[in-house]
Amino acid sequence: MKREELIFEQSRPGRRASTHAPATLAAIDDLPAAVLRETPPPLPEVSELQVVRHFTRLSQLNFSIDTHFYPLGSCTMKYNPRVSNTLAMLPGFLARHPLEPDNHAQGVLESLYELQEMLKAATGMSGVSLTPMAGAQGEFAGIAMIRAWHLSRGDTQRTQVIVPDAAHGTNPATATMCGCEAIEIPTGPDGDVDLDALRQVVGPKTAAIMLTNPSTLGVFERRISEIAEIVHAAGGLLYYDGANLNAILGRTLPAGMGFDVVHINLHKTFSTPHGGGGPGAGIVAVNARLEPFLPIPIVGKREGGHVWLTEADRPQTIGRLSGFMGNTGILLRAYVYMRLLGAEGMRRVSGYATLNANYLCVRLAAAGFTIAYPRRRASHEFIISLKDIARDTGATAMDFAKALLDRGFHAPTTYFPLLVPECLLIEPTETETRQELDAFVQALSEIRDLAIRDVGELKRAPQTTPVRRLDDVRAARQLDLTWQGKPRTVN
Amino acid sequence: MPFIPHTDDDLAAMLQTIGVADIDTLFDEIPAALRVSGLPGVPPGMSEAAVTRLMHGRAARNTDSLCFLGAGAYEHHIPAAVWELATRGEFYSAYTPYQAEASQGTLQLIYEYQSMLAGLVDLDVSNASLYDGATAFAEACLMAVRASRNRDSRRVLVARYLHPLWRKAAETLLTGQAVELVELPSADGRTDAGALATLDAQDFAAVCLPWPNFLGGLEPVDELTDWAHSHNLLVIAVCNPVALGLLKPPGKWGAQGADIACGEGQPLGIPLASGGPYFGFMACRQALVRQMPGRIVGQTLDIEGRRGFTLTLQAREQHIRRSKATSNICTNQGLMVTAATIHMSLLGSEGLRRVAAQCHANTRSLVGALTSLDGVALYFAPYFHEAVLQLPRPVAPMLAELAAAGILGGYDLSADFPELGQGLLVCATELRTAEDIEAYRLALAGALGMAVAA
Repeated sequence: MKREELIFEQSRPGRRASTHAPATLAAIDDLPAAVLRETPPPLPEVSELQVVRHFTRLSQLNFSIDTHFYPLGSCTMKYNPRVSNTLAMLPGFLARHPLEPDNHAQGVLESLYELQEMLKAATGMSGVSLTPMAGAQGEFAGIAMIRAWHLSRGDTQRTQVIVPDAAHGTNPATATMCGCEAIEIPTGPDGDVDLDALRQVVGPKTAAIMLTNPSTLGVFERRISEIAEIVHAAGGLLYYDGANLNAILGRTLPAGMGFDVVHINLHKTFSTPHGGGGPGAGIVAVNARLEPFLPIPIVGKREGGHVWLTEADRPQTIGRLSGFMGNTGILLRAYVYMRLLGAEGMRRVSGYATLNANYLCVRLAAAGFTIAYPRRRASHEFIISLKDIARDTGATAMDFAKALLDRGFHAPTTYFPLLVPECLLIEPTETETRQELDAFVQALSEIRDLAIRDVGELKRAPQTTPVRRLDDVRAARQLDLTWQGKPRTVN
Repeated sequence: MPFIPHTDDDLAAMLQTIGVADIDTLFDEIPAALRVSGLPGVPPGMSEAAVTRLMHGRAARNTDSLCFLGAGAYEHHIPAAVWELATRGEFYSAYTPYQAEASQGTLQLIYEYQSMLAGLVDLDVSNASLYDGATAFAEACLMAVRASRNRDSRRVLVARYLHPLWRKAAETLLTGQAVELVELPSADGRTDAGALATLDAQDFAAVCLPWPNFLGGLEPVDELTDWAHSHNLLVIAVCNPVALGLLKPPGKWGAQGADIACGEGQPLGIPLASGGPYFGFMACRQALVRQMPGRIVGQTLDIEGRRGFTLTLQAREQHIRRSKATSNICTNQGLMVTAATIHMSLLGSEGLRRVAAQCHANTRSLVGALTSLDGVALYFAPYFHEAVLQLPRPVAPMLAELAAAGILGGYDLSADFPELGQGLLVCATELRTAEDIEAYRLALAGALGMAVAA
């Protein structure tokens, strides 16, 4: 089985990739000894070829969209077009210092301005700020704007943020970061929010409700207009978590549903890379009442060109969220993707994402799997519950996930949302072929047959990956977070 | 249809399997009144060739300059191999390594990164990254308040000469939790350690010390660290990672060392790129690890006893702890950390030290060249790779004139720090040559209306 030594273990004293640093050590005689480092940092001493080989080999230990079907629910693992990366990495974009004059960066600013305009169109909102660096930061910006709006009206008591029990963990965590309290409400048996429960919790302390629509249960919240009425009538605002925008792009608009603010994960719907855990981009779009509070900077258009708008232009802004202007390079990748697709292409995204999900859902149901919400139309994702199989055979959702890896598929999201037992949340995305989906049905069916026939064998999965199942308890109890090799000699 | 692989036959067969006539029917649970038929306001799609031409045009509309501007983002050499490797599809198009067995490449790489970063700052543990330097600074303040031994305090002391934009970002992020930043006394471009007696230390959870500070200056970190620890304050080091190739690491400050280190990772192989994506780093003492935000990777064993890597201590995080998590962060800056790990591997400790020393030496040369002009003076020394010059005329019009001549002359300090007068922050990294510096000297002389010998 493949394995790769740590780069530190390949290190030998005195070996260097010398072309990347000055040939000699420059004089530092004016710096007092008290400010200097006494021992060198423990970086590896390796050649350039060793580095290239090591990281190439490490990359080969990963599953990725480029190598595997990756139906990770709620993460929208669609193809990331190569051209988005190629164009965002043109030297003319990479060389821009963030503090250089606006007139040096007109090509960047014009692209970002047009991106803002397209995102307004895609959400139905009137204002956009591109600066949040991930979905969770977009959530922070949204709730902070809602708080600022209430406070601007002298409404100081509104500190409760309502979240359905199916919400992403970032929603309640965001409420806490904004100094608010998360109030959880249950979901009804049909997957829609329990409206009676909602009516009971709204009141003079309600700041907002945070909703994902379609929800993390993979169904469209049909009574969204009624929810909007209830929350608005109580004086609260509506926050749209755009994690699932891929399902409705060009079909319905968050603004039309009654939302006041929305964040969009560009690394999901607009296909910028997930990069092994980021960087993302969590842009926010708002209606007119929240527009003055948008985080800065924002790109403005003036006679003579595009400019960064700051506090001076936006005195009521909630402020900055980053040192400069967020993940600009990711924004450019999303811009390229959106220009490639255009309006029709965007509508096709939601159409084919939903087609693939419903096809997979129907085929898995026909193969005997339990669909969590069988009477509902699947959105771009859906949930199967393995509760019955687990009861009958002892095989868990985790076992299925690991067995999928052996069959060349990345696992769906497991054990989320929390309210469906032994669940797999499956999101195929629009960029997969029917043949890939068929192969996935075949694989899940084989795993189920194996569970019935020999659950012990199933629990030995995965067997073809670089490592077998890992001891998570040991990882947490005997913490080993950094390499503790042989200490280096003192300089 | 860009990126959608369905043939007409596929479509027909799939619709038949589902039992609907067309794709639009799949949206029948959306109330009719809420449906839209398209996205007016989004232009029609383009071919890859057309978009390529468009973006080449946009890139060419930007203007390249000779860069003497730092102020939190630095132009360094980035080996070609860094981004060749980081953009391999297996890194670029993977996600957060939840399925550890299928993500050993990313996980081992993060473990190596954590080891390098912790070694660089000389603290026990590192997380897998935060968004950028400013948010890492804000998260460090929140972490210190959670961990503080001065339990009731929600106030954090911060050096005056910390990046002003980071301060503003942190204020946005700290307001909700009522954490307040209070400025330390300062004099001559750094914290005035002699004036600490005026503070009631019990009021504070921590002290934040930039290294070097925003002006390039070297704070009295040993003295401040010992003072802070004697009053039960935690010490947060806010540091430039390239500078740590040369400068004393936070873990060695004072008698006990700093408790938390954070900063902007951009100088480690990340292009300037209009300000992002960069990455924030954070490291701390082992005792504080359960208060640290963000993902952490640990080494463990698989069922056959082989070494493997996995996300660990997840009970701190939002997907487990929800409203009681240490932070709401989920997606971080993984690909940037991939690049930085490759970058640090290529430089090694000797390479990083030479880069740091060369930056310092080049900035010394720059200061020497510019202060040879009448009326231009150095504000203070020692400094690392940025220095404050006093100009005989207002800075802004001078910078505009230099920019028109193709030189990014530095950062105008007069609005943020009026006590520095007509202050200009200049920077010369290892990439600036003697010819570059001479070009700046001549251009500045021209802007000042002086005739100088070339």
